[in-house]
Amino acid sequence: MLELLAGFIQELRRAGLPVSLTENLDAMEAVKHIPIEDREAFKYTLAATLVKNSSHWRAFETVFEVYFALRGEEYEIARDEAEMGALRDLEGGQKPQSAGGGAMEALTPEELAEMLYQALLNADEAQMRAVARQAVRRFSGMEPGRPVGGTYYLYRTLRNLDLDNVVERMMEAVREQADAPLTALEERLERDELESRVDKLKQEVEAEIRRHLVADRGIDAMARTLRKPLPEDIDFMHANREEMAQLKRSLHPLTRKLAVRLARKRRHGRKGPLDFRATVRSSLSYGGVPAEPKFRYPRPHKPEIFVIADISGSVAAFARFTLQLVYAISGQFSKVRSFVFIDGLDEVTRFFEGVEDINEAVHRVNTEADVVWVDGHSDYGHAFEVFWERYGHEVGPRTTVLFLGDARNNYHASQNWVIKEMRHKARHVYWLNPEPRSYWDTGDSIIGEYSTHCDGVYECRNLRQLERFVEVLA
Amino acid sequence: MGLRFESVADVRSDLKKVDYLADDGIASVVFLADRLGKPVLVEGPAGTGKTQLAKSVAEITGSRLIRLQCYEGLDESKALYEWNYKKQLLRIQAERNAEDWKELSDDIFSEEFLLTRPLLEAIRSEEPVVLLIDEVDRVELETEALLLEVLSEYQVSIPELGTIQAVQTPLVFLTSNNTRELSEALKRRCLFLHIDYPDLEREKEIVLTKVEGVSENLADQITRIVRSIRSLELKKSPSVSETLDWARTLVLLGVESIDAEQATETLHILLKYQTDIAKAAKELSTNGA
Repeated sequence: MLELLAGFIQELRRAGLPVSLTENLDAMEAVKHIPIEDREAFKYTLAATLVKNSSHWRAFETVFEVYFALRGEEYEIARDEAEMGALRDLEGGQKPQSAGGGAMEALTPEELAEMLYQALLNADEAQMRAVARQAVRRFSGMEPGRPVGGTYYLYRTLRNLDLDNVVERMMEAVREQADAPLTALEERLERDELESRVDKLKQEVEAEIRRHLVADRGIDAMARTLRKPLPEDIDFMHANREEMAQLKRSLHPLTRKLAVRLARKRRHGRKGPLDFRATVRSSLSYGGVPAEPKFRYPRPHKPEIFVIADISGSVAAFARFTLQLVYAISGQFSKVRSFVFIDGLDEVTRFFEGVEDINEAVHRVNTEADVVWVDGHSDYGHAFEVFWERYGHEVGPRTTVLFLGDARNNYHASQNWVIKEMRHKARHVYWLNPEPRSYWDTGDSIIGEYSTHCDGVYECRNLRQLERFVEVLA
Repeated sequence: MGLRFESVADVRSDLKKVDYLADDGIASVVFLADRLGKPVLVEGPAGTGKTQLAKSVAEITGSRLIRLQCYEGLDESKALYEWNYKKQLLRIQAERNAEDWKELSDDIFSEEFLLTRPLLEAIRSEEPVVLLIDEVDRVELETEALLLEVLSEYQVSIPELGTIQAVQTPLVFLTSNNTRELSEALKRRCLFLHIDYPDLEREKEIVLTKVEGVSENLADQITRIVRSIRSLELKKSPSVSETLDWARTLVLLGVESIDAEQATETLHILLKYQTDIAKAAKELSTNGA
């Protein structure tokens, strides 16, 4: 047990979770108090002692599933009671169950689809699990030793199950069952309910695939392939849809944290000159003795921010996140103006002004901004020239200019004199590059030509790096 | 250390007696906190029953609840202890001409002149205590250090008096709304519990136990609507307490089953931002296809 736990903790560390030695010891101590058969309690025990950040929960759960999932008998890959039971339900006990359990295999695809439909409609979890197992066995095309990740199998299985249609069919059934036609609200609620069941089924399928993979390749190899990055480590440029959603979710708490931290930093600066009035006032409680001198705290200027972002396909996600972040903490800046470009440039500040929902604004930026000049391939040089011509005179000594982009210029002229000029006029010029540092200046990337004129160029591939930069900024 | 609970299931059923419906995670962590004698750091969105958990645990264990509300600028003299300097002054003046200074100074730094604040009080209490340190993320990073000694050793060091050890180990709950990252040192000393919005079944059960006169059917509808609303991207998702408020309102209005119109009209109880209300109202009147 101890060995297993040690391996588990090591894997958590490899997945990027900070687990300290004390926490390790706590976990070992804690599991002594929990009956090992109670899997849920066991899981929460480990979580409570080892995971101290709620956004790490998913990563923890994945590792936990891999390490502790298939120990119990009921998780054996051979078909089990639930499956048999489900089968009996479906057949009404009519068909003879030849050779113990081959009947499930003998189902035609139509019968399986029907079974899935029934399971979902009745929210029958045992049956859902059975269907998930059968579906994985049948559709995933899994072969031992094939070096393919779990997501591939998941995709294949789900494609064959055609869940969207199943939902539609169930909606039909619900509509028929209802006495009166459903109102829009009822319809929506039903749909949400059904979709949550489908989600549960997807999780079952995923778990089943994981079990197969672990059985095939062993725990350690599996832990490596299934490892999910923590939200703050997700690469902007290569995030898949699920990771994107995760990023979006973690952006909001991050902005709140940053805003609080920046506001505090501003307040708790150096001490300023003596505040005579406040000192005399506070001396009254000491009988007129100025026992507690009070000081005026200087309030540093809030910087003015110009964000100039490349929103061409390759880096669009990064630009979107950074814009969202900057606007979410715009209270910390005296003014925020934003410009986006591909090969043409457009100011998009107007989309953000007076808008409460930043997502909405970002959406409008993507659809309404006029950023294409010739062919819609990034041209930094031209975009910068346009910027300088139209807005250059507005850059002043309090302005901090922020460039976002990978500086992949499609071999156009760099026009880096714009940045040189800008640096003379502006307070700071920074560049954030979402590419890993080792790719810089390879191919058509000309970040080197720009970086000589910037005050700082930062690699900014994930939320962690973005967060660190924002603290530099304010 | 006196054990308060027999098993995880025990915690659950006890909590249920005082109308707090705990899930597996909550019950396990509370049980562990008791067994390991460690504080619990409870985190999660506002209005999911973090503070209520501490209150309920105090109630089922028959302990006194001592609460320290954190805020920016909280310091030693508000959290730990303070010397009652007025009383000390009086004492000095009363004995002005009599004794020598040494004796006097020993005297005025005795427990008689100590004003206990929540943390010290929890430590010194003879009877069992549940200590609730509410919204610990509001204090500055530096002030957090004040808590460390209490949390790990259950003791308070007062330079003039020495170290005061806890008479009994209090159960400690810290709550945080996660407005900032807490320090590693603090997290390391605590068990971590994240309380999220409850799932459909549990929320329905909560509505049924907490709201009088609500029918099974209505509770079901309420929680389903709330789940739909939570799946939207909102500034502030409805919390459990807001769900309860909404349920109470609907019961008062004599609603038996909710239609879209009633839902939209009473949305302001569930949501607090105008933009959120508009968005939810729009979503609820379309069928989500």
